[in-house]
Amino acid sequence: MALIELKDMYKKFPMGKNEFTALKEINLEFEKGEFAGLVGPSGSGKTTMLNILGSLDTPSEGSARVLDNNIGDLSGKAAAQLRKKHMGFIFQTYNLLPVYTVYENIEFPLLILKMSREERKKKVADALDWVGLTDKKKSRPAQLSGGESQRVAVARAIVKRPDLVLADEPTANLDDENAYNVLEMMVKLNEELNTTFIFATHDHKVIKYLKRKINLIDGKITEDMADLPGVKG
Amino acid sequence: MKLEFKLAYKNIIGAGLRTWLNVAILSFIYVLIIGSQGIYDGMMKQGVRVETDDRIAGGQFWHKDYDPNDPFSYDDSHAELTAKLQDMVISETAVPMLIKRATIYPDGRMKSVLIRGIKPMQDIVKIPTNSLGNTHKKLPVMIGTRMASTNNFQEGDYLTIRLRDIDGTFDAVEGRIVKIMSTRSVTIDKGQLWIPIQKLREITGMKNETTVLTIKTGLENIPGDTETWSFKDRDYLLRDIIKMVKSKKVSGLIMYMVLLFLALLAVFDTQVLAIFKRRKEIGTLIALGMTRSQVVKLFTLEGAMHGVLAALVGALYGTPLIYLFAKTGMDFTEVAEAYGMGYIAMLYPVYSAGLVIGTVFIVMLTVTVVSFIPSRKIATLDPTKALKGKVS
Repeated sequence: MALIELKDMYKKFPMGKNEFTALKEINLEFEKGEFAGLVGPSGSGKTTMLNILGSLDTPSEGSARVLDNNIGDLSGKAAAQLRKKHMGFIFQTYNLLPVYTVYENIEFPLLILKMSREERKKKVADALDWVGLTDKKKSRPAQLSGGESQRVAVARAIVKRPDLVLADEPTANLDDENAYNVLEMMVKLNEELNTTFIFATHDHKVIKYLKRKINLIDGKITEDMADLPGVKG
Repeated sequence: MKLEFKLAYKNIIGAGLRTWLNVAILSFIYVLIIGSQGIYDGMMKQGVRVETDDRIAGGQFWHKDYDPNDPFSYDDSHAELTAKLQDMVISETAVPMLIKRATIYPDGRMKSVLIRGIKPMQDIVKIPTNSLGNTHKKLPVMIGTRMASTNNFQEGDYLTIRLRDIDGTFDAVEGRIVKIMSTRSVTIDKGQLWIPIQKLREITGMKNETTVLTIKTGLENIPGDTETWSFKDRDYLLRDIIKMVKSKKVSGLIMYMVLLFLALLAVFDTQVLAIFKRRKEIGTLIALGMTRSQVVKLFTLEGAMHGVLAALVGALYGTPLIYLFAKTGMDFTEVAEAYGMGYIAMLYPVYSAGLVIGTVFIVMLTVTVVSFIPSRKIATLDPTKALKGKVS
């Protein structure tokens, strides 16, 4: 069974007296371990779809099944449980918690999972190692560069070994070198941990790495290209 | 909840100066409320003790016409005691007092006073009436320090006392001040002359007459009221002082509530600002798996923790401060005399556990409520917009 299954999905937003349809007739499936991207210009509906996949929003019509959960039917608490246990998020602006250290930011998802101190310690150390930030574990987000911040965000997203990582424009605020570093790392994690990555992006640096590219224009899927070579991590 | 506590603590410590400003103001409010209410409690305790010791002992039987607030009632408010009350006098479990209006002439001025006749050898009220037992050709008179100071009297001075006898005829006697007593009860000091009751009865021709009978503290079998004599218990006799201190306590409390309100406004403002400024963080917390109610709880806790930190900080500097005041007392001599509250000349505040716990509880509760009100907005926040720092 597919990890994600979207059937005849629509998303509409009220706009004054009218409605704005952000997503139209979306039919998609994602399997475990995919490294896929929703690609399109601004306003094409990439982030909206990512929000629905992340149970932060619900479809207006049709169905969205994620990890065997119908997103439209989930209560706030159940949606939070789904995100907490099975999902990791990476944002364009990193969204690190400013008063926490790098270590504490990465530890946070494990804390809300009520993991034991020992287990947390081990997993955070592993995550820091993956992203190469062990020496910065005591730094605060304000003391990090953009690339380092995004690596912390990646470590936070994957520290609990989620089934699904949703990344919204993860390289938009990074220079080329940092962007490639972060992408290489994500490819490596995808290959080593078999974590499913879904990106919302219009950045060519990211697109180069994708193994599946779904083009979106005005909320409609125009092209779905699977089995792309991507770039080896 | 443990997690929210941990996070809330980290967040408010991380907020730095803003947190410490709120904590400083709140801790000041704690110390101010506890400190001042302790002063009022001390005032009440001391007032009750002084009045009980020096004036009312275990309660008083009053002549039916006696009204301490109406000096004109004194002339007619006297009678012989009933047999039962007389027995108490004989068994020395009660001491009679005859009260008359009189006039004295210090430094050539005419001054109205109350003359109180009391049995010299008594231990019902703790004033040095035994000084009146010294037989002297002149009438022995005892006055208080305030009376002595306002009229320039010294021990050994003579004074002329004019008063009416039982028939209303003016008479004058010469008295000699044998004792200037120090009492913290203004009621038995200012404008009062104390002389032996037997002498007063002789001068006025009021043989065996009494106005007030003060009974010993702790007496169990108190005779019932009669047509002429009615018993006034301690609560009744202390009602004015209790009422006065309570009204001062309430007015003080109103002022501190205003201060508390201002401090709460600062906490409220901090919360509103925090929710506005930290929308992205709120969105992130929700994306990471916290429920909205958990985030509301977290922000409410952050606000409430200002109250906890303030209590700790307040305890840090407030405890030695109030301990020092409670131990060494506070010198209110001038204020006390000016306001006729001699019993607080040296005031020892009383800080009970109830006062401390009650104040901490009230401040904590109000801080929590004030923190919760703006935090409720989080429940309606759209996480997808919050993640981008937008208001939904």
